[in-house]
Formats: sequence, C-alpha cells, structure tokens
Amino acid sequence: MDIKREDLLQLYYYLKLTRRLEDRVTSLYHQGKILGGAWTSNGTEAVSVGYGYALEKNDIAAPYFRDMGAFLVRGISAKRIMAQYLGKKTGVTGGKEGNVHIGDLNFGVFAFPSHLADNYPVGTGAALAFKMRGEKRVVAACTGDGGTSRGDFHEGMNFAAVRKLPIVFICNNNQYAYTTPLRLQMAIKDVAERALAYGIPSKIVDGNNIVEVYTAAKEAYEIARNGGGPTFIECKTMRMHGHSEHDSAKYVPKELLEEWKKKDPISNMEKYLLENTIDGKDELEGIDSRVKKEIEEAEAFAEESPYPTPEDGLKGVYATPGEEM
Amino acid sequence: MKEVTYLEAIKEAMDEEMSRDPSVFVLGEDVGVYGGAFRATEGFYEKYGEWRVLDTPLSESGFTGAAIGAALVGMRPIVEMQFADFISCAFDQLVNVAAKNHYRWGAATPIVVRAPYGGNIHGGAYHSQCIEGFFFNVPGLKIVAPSTAYDAKGLLKAAIRDNDPVIYCEHKYLYRRIKDSIPEEDYIVPIGKARIALEGKDISIITYGAMVHTALEAAQALNEYGVSCEIVDLRTILPLDKKSIFTTVKKTNKVLVLHEQTKTGGVGAEVSALISEYCFDHLDGPIIRVAAPDTPVPYSAQMEEAFIPQPKNVISAVEKLMRY
Ligand SMILES: Cc1ncc(C[n+]2csc(CCOP(=O)(O)OP(=O)(O)O)c2C)c(N)n1
Repeated sequence: MDIKREDLLQLYYYLKLTRRLEDRVTSLYHQGKILGGAWTSNGTEAVSVGYGYALEKNDIAAPYFRDMGAFLVRGISAKRIMAQYLGKKTGVTGGKEGNVHIGDLNFGVFAFPSHLADNYPVGTGAALAFKMRGEKRVVAACTGDGGTSRGDFHEGMNFAAVRKLPIVFICNNNQYAYTTPLRLQMAIKDVAERALAYGIPSKIVDGNNIVEVYTAAKEAYEIARNGGGPTFIECKTMRMHGHSEHDSAKYVPKELLEEWKKKDPISNMEKYLLENTIDGKDELEGIDSRVKKEIEEAEAFAEESPYPTPEDGLKGVYATPGEEM
Repeated sequence: MKEVTYLEAIKEAMDEEMSRDPSVFVLGEDVGVYGGAFRATEGFYEKYGEWRVLDTPLSESGFTGAAIGAALVGMRPIVEMQFADFISCAFDQLVNVAAKNHYRWGAATPIVVRAPYGGNIHGGAYHSQCIEGFFFNVPGLKIVAPSTAYDAKGLLKAAIRDNDPVIYCEHKYLYRRIKDSIPEEDYIVPIGKARIALEGKDISIITYGAMVHTALEAAQALNEYGVSCEIVDLRTILPLDKKSIFTTVKKTNKVLVLHEQTKTGGVGAEVSALISEYCFDHLDGPIIRVAAPDTPVPYSAQMEEAFIPQPKNVISAVEKLMRY
C-alpha cells in the first residue's frame, strides 16, 4: 500500500507527540505532581498511533490504557490530556477520571473501563449498531496480551464473528501483563491463535513498525467497512518501562530489553523516512520542535487550569436525574 | 381500556416502542425465532427482522457489553436475560461500564436490561433469585420492579425512553397470573415514583413486586380485625421515592417493610435506615422487616413456601407491631 508523504509525516508527528507527552508525564509523576499512577506506552507507541491514524473521522476507537497515541490521533488535545493527569476541571473527564481513562464521543473515542477487554464487547456493540443502520463505519477495539485471557475478549470476538460485524480487534502484545510473562498467560505462541477459534482471520505484525501497523489496520478496516467482518491484528512489541512508573520491571530480562531497544519504533520511523521520504534531518527536527512546543503549552495550560470543586463530584451520576437525586 | 396480563403488558410495551422508534431493538438468548423463554418477544422476529430481534450467543457479558456499545452510538437496546439469575455473568459490564459511563466521561447509556426474577415457581437456586440487591448499591443504575400489568407496561416504556441504564425486574410468578385494564393509548409510569396500592391509617407496609399481592391479601384479612393497612408499592427501587416513604410513615407511624429478596443488606435494610434517620420522631414502634431468610432459594415446595414471605407472616408481624 502506498502511503502519502503527508500521512507518513503525520504518523511521525504523532509518534513523537505521544512519546514526548508521556515522557513529560513520567517526569511530573516523579515530581509528585500526578495524582495516582502513570502508565505509558513507551516503546509500543506505533500500535495505537498506527491503528488510530488508519481510522476515518466517523469511526470509533475503543481503546485500552496503553493507547495514548489513539487519543491524540483522534483529536483529543494534549492540553486536555495533560489537565486530565493533573486532575483539573479542564481535563478530558473534568477531573472525574484519571490519567489514561480518557473518552470523548465528540472524537469517536470510547473511554477505557479499567477492566481489561471490556471494550471488546462494547466496541462490538457499536459495530452492531453501524451494521443495523447500514452505516459504513468501523470500530477498532484494542487490549493488551493479558486482557486476552478474559472472558470479555472471547465473548466480544465471538459475537462480532457470528454477526460479521465491522470491527477490527487489535492486541498490543508487549509480552508482559504487569509482571506476568506471556508464557504464563497462555499455552500458545501467538495471541492470534485465539482469534482463529472464532473464525476471525488474523494478522501478526511488527508492532514497532508503524508503517506495518498502519497498513494492516487500514486494510482490515476496509474489509470490515465493506461487509467482510472482523479481523484480529496482533502487534508484537515490547513494554520498555515498568507496568507503571512505580515499577522498576526488574523481572524483565535485561537482554530482552537490549534487543528491543534496537527496534525502537521512533528511530525505526526516522530511518524509514530518511531512506524513502525526506531529504534530510531538518524536516524531522522541525516536527520535533513543534511537538516540544505543543507539550510545553499543554503543561502550562494544565497548570493554570482550575481544579474541580467538591460539589462537582456529586454531579453527573445520571444522564436524567430524578428530583430525589 | 383493555384487559392484559402482566406478560402481555411487557410485550406490548416493547412492541409499541419498537414501532415508534427504530433505535429500539431486543437482544438476548432465544429471543428471535422462538420468541424468548417466556414468549415476551413472540412474533417480533417476523415483524421486525433478525437485526432488531437478535438471537445472541450464550454470552451475557458479551451481549450486555454490546448493548452498551450500541447505546453509546445512539441505539436503545433492550437486553433480555433469559432468567435474572444469569445477570451475574454481566455484572462487570453493568456495574463498571454502563453505570459509570455518564459520571466518568459524560456518555449516556440508554439500555434496559429485562430480568425475569423471583421464586414461587419451583425453579431452585438458579431460576428463582431476586437480583435487585446485587445492584442496589451501584450509583448510576436505575432499578424498577412493577407489580401490576398497568405498571409493567408503563414502567417498561419509561425505562426504554430513559437515558440511563435501567434494570427492569419482571416477576415471573406474575406473568400469566394477574391482569389489569389498561388504556388503549400510550402512557408511561415515571421512574422514581411509588404508588399507594391501598390506602390505610394504622400501619404502612412498604413493598414491591409480587409481594404487593401478598401484602394486599394480608391487609384484607387484617381489615376484618379492624386493622387498616396502607400499602406502598415502591415500583422503583433505585432511586427510592423517599418522599412517598416518609409521607406514609408520618401518616401511620408504624412501618413494616416486606420483600421476597433475602433479608440481610436488602432493600428493606435501606428503607428502614432511611426512616430511622429522617422520621425517627414519627415512629410508634420498631421498623419490622419481613423478608426471605438468608439462604439460597430452595427447590422443594415445602421449603420454598417457607422461604417466600406469605400473608400469614405479614399478618403476624403486623399483629406484633400493633401492640406498640
Ligand atoms: C480485569 C482486570 N484485572 C486486573 C487488572 C489490573 N491490571 C491492570 S493492567 C494489568 C496488566 C495488563 O496486561 P496486558 O493486558 O498485557 O496489558 P499491558 O499492560 O501489557 O499493556 C493488570 C493485571 C485490570 N485492569 N483488569
């Protein structure tokens, strides 16, 4: 598949934006400024940037918590995300939710419910609605390798397969679920085998190669959009930080990290762009300084934003509250 | 006006709402070709087609989650649990996704989960449970439990039109046993409003679901002894209609709370706590709960009858309370 130069540069921009935003969040976490934990997608950014960027405007992303790239690509601003981390009123959820529990229907993003793989059935339901209404929209639902052991992963995929729904299931296989390695998660080699049991065709891609992820997602969306039903995409990658920033990840063998460090998705993309698309580093540096500025502005915006009030916390439980509530 | 059974009322509510609004659809096990285990959707498949009356895989979490996702993009799904007991498999989707969507990120989740519940049908531990207590402690959910055919229709319509997730507890024992005259025209029964099932002055019996009929039977007997019972049918369990509860307490000063659900931590516990918190000065005696004992629902007729509160249990509790 031919990817336009403009799209390749946008992919690079979002990779950088995701990395820099999460790096900044990590620093703020260590300064004690982040409420709660800080989970990042470090090393696996190509997965969520790739599948997110391949979606069309009216499609839906049903992400999981390592999908910062998808939030950004869909148009949720770095400012609102930074404010979300600081628990501010201007955050995506107005302080009601923290960190990566981000969702906004205006940008076609379902929030991530902590319970891993819950978004597989939920995404399936959106795809069901699209098919019922004859709309040519698709859903991308994502989870981690650990999440694929949950019942909802299987129930969502099975329902989607039976009804041939326009949804693409994505797995960020970063080889660990908190401290649990893949071999204690499942007795099979590839997560993709799980999809085969439901009659869903699957594809295994290098999750550190954004061109591969993007291409596979784009192709799968087109199949789904045209009535061909779901595809499962396993993105093989590696979680390069701890589960969250409190976790030193001592349980991960050093050699494994060394090996994957050489395959960093951002360096990969730089190399690809320099070989195929652009003439020199200037253009990349231009993008990077734009990203830096955006993050600085986001942080300033978040810092200056007001906190919600205690009373705000009592509001919004119901969409149609009765007089008694 | 026309006469319908409780089950026909449920069926009519869905049928009319599906005709009125193309975003309303039904999904669940065996609801399509067969028309559902209790025949609540009989004929719907022929009328609305396989994409609005969806037979799903045996997969409560999967299809409840799917209903939530469809609701997030503009549909109004009605989920049928084959038996309320199986709702436990969808607990996570209801409690962690549906109930919290609006609070967490402002997204409304207009789903109705129909839960055929309750005992007295010799269904044993897995086909007789009252499930309202499992969800009573979950902000973001609404729970209704009609006791009449009139309310069954009106509350289901209100639930379908409501923008929040509603668990609709339909009592299996009442399906074909009770009838009401209901209007030909469209009507709803608002969520969050109790009704007075019987006016009285000596004692209030606060209850819901099939137990309203148990209370009425007891009240009739008590009337012969000169005790006048007021029966409050809650109709909505979450959120409770506090105003109606407090009004009846202030009128009679004596309260009995009655439900088929087991006693500990049930709806009665909350109703009692509310009354003692806000109406203590109006009480002439302790608040008494008549509820099922804290056991699973037994199968054998002798044991099940003892498990489910009977009019005689209500009568003796009222007699005790009247001595204050
Ligand atoms: C159902 C459920 N159980 C436990 C957790 C706590 N938890 C959060 S993340 C995580 C590991 C997730 O691993 P994986 O799905 O592989 O995603 P990764 O973190 O590797 O990206 C666990 C156990 C959870 N969020 N949901």
